[in-house]
Amino acid sequence: MARDRLLTRDRIVPLLILVSVMLGWELATRVFQIPRWVLPPPSAVVQALIRDQRLLLRHLTVTLEEVGLGLTFSVLLAIVLAIGIVSSRLVERSVYPLVVASQAVPIVALAPILLIWFGYGLTPKVIVVVLVCFFPIAVNLVDGLRGVDPEFVDLVRSFGGTSWQTLRVVRIPGALPAFFSGLRVAAAVSVIGALIGEWVGSSAGLGYLMIRAASQFHTDRVFAAVLVSAVVSIGLFWIVGVVERIALPWRRSARTET
Amino acid sequence: MKSAPLHWRVELRHVTKTFYRGRQALTVLGPLDLRVADREFVGLVGPSGCGKSTLLNVIAGIEQPTSGEVWLDGEPAPERLGRVAYMHQRDLLLPWRTVLDNAILPLELRGIPRREAAARALPWLERFGLAEFTHAYPAQLSGGMRQRVAFLRTLLADRPLLLLDEPFGALDALTRASLQEWLLTLWEELDRTVILVTHDVEEALLLSDRVLVLSPRPGRIVREIVVDLPRPRPYEIVTDPRFVRLKAEVLAELRARSTMEVQFDGT
Repeated sequence: MARDRLLTRDRIVPLLILVSVMLGWELATRVFQIPRWVLPPPSAVVQALIRDQRLLLRHLTVTLEEVGLGLTFSVLLAIVLAIGIVSSRLVERSVYPLVVASQAVPIVALAPILLIWFGYGLTPKVIVVVLVCFFPIAVNLVDGLRGVDPEFVDLVRSFGGTSWQTLRVVRIPGALPAFFSGLRVAAAVSVIGALIGEWVGSSAGLGYLMIRAASQFHTDRVFAAVLVSAVVSIGLFWIVGVVERIALPWRRSARTET
Repeated sequence: MKSAPLHWRVELRHVTKTFYRGRQALTVLGPLDLRVADREFVGLVGPSGCGKSTLLNVIAGIEQPTSGEVWLDGEPAPERLGRVAYMHQRDLLLPWRTVLDNAILPLELRGIPRREAAARALPWLERFGLAEFTHAYPAQLSGGMRQRVAFLRTLLADRPLLLLDEPFGALDALTRASLQEWLLTLWEELDRTVILVTHDVEEALLLSDRVLVLSPRPGRIVREIVVDLPRPRPYEIVTDPRFVRLKAEVLAELRARSTMEVQFDGT
């Protein structure tokens, strides 16, 4: 029923809050006469967004490439790790702790080393994105593969199914919802990974643009770049949600039933 | 029972099953001997926790007996997975598969192409009153319909022996009665051997040629009752005096056993 009308309370309230925050911000910068290079008003950010659109777009493409490649490799790595961890006790014991340990490595410390190893190009950024993103996907996938009802497994066995068939027929489809949860988290944080990679050393990308603009006190441009990366994060999150709904039609049908 | 068969469809020879948890050993089954003839319908009733489901798991090959042997078709059968069609109390329909894809699962697992499997399943879906739900997901079905899909899946496994573990146990009384009646009519034309586990004495007597009463844990066969009621059996037979007498007999046996259990627990 909320879908029919565009203006429901669910939509109006968040919108009102957003608008009042923006207005308050705008007013505050004017009333207290805050210099633009300290805190630009929203109107200045919008102006920068329009004025610098070509610049932003150029750097956005670079960041998007890093994010896209990083997410793709993250998914592949997570799938390999999760299947290994679930199917072999030895792999679980030896690899799972390393997977967790990889999250304790401070990316900010690692990124300069990656720079030394791989230079200023795409590679170190993609690696940082993978380091940030593969973990939530892998952990969720492991839980999903493990969480499958053991009676489903017995059922397939009782029909003479092999363990490979069990994986294909029961475990993988059963783990997909968890996989998508992990992927959504990864998609949302992937942009941060790319930005960190760019901060440490790069010649292009939204992170590079932010650093350069900040050093030149183009604070409005920094905010514009932040806005663009936030929109990218939200967009990726949303795209994963859409793909999930298309890939898992049975979940949708279950929801409409109740 | 019909004339003596050349071989038994299933034969359990002195089967026991013990589970070990740490140092504790828990014998849930046996020693138990059971022979089921081809095309026989055998009902197993017993108090809860008497190892009925374990017994079916052992026959299906999901679990191996601790001692004793299981024979299929007159030969020892140490590996039984895939040779027996097993239907659980829970429908166990895969929620991400449509009714059709759930029903043809056993065919798919045997490598039969989907198109061919579907062609085999469709007339059955029609007969089971599921035709219009062919492409629906399990979550969209009622409990009775889900159970029919699960039964169809078991049939399509195309095995001479069906194991049914309280197939209607999770349903409300009305749906259960209508499915029992439905199975009764369907049964007359299926050339299958069935072992039905249930705690519903009426259900066991209505459907079976022979009802076996199991003791409390460890489950052993303590009584065999031949249901010499003519087939085809109408559902109304449950009010027939002969039926009522058999029912009283089984219930008395069960009650005697369960009071014994209580006495043992008390001492």
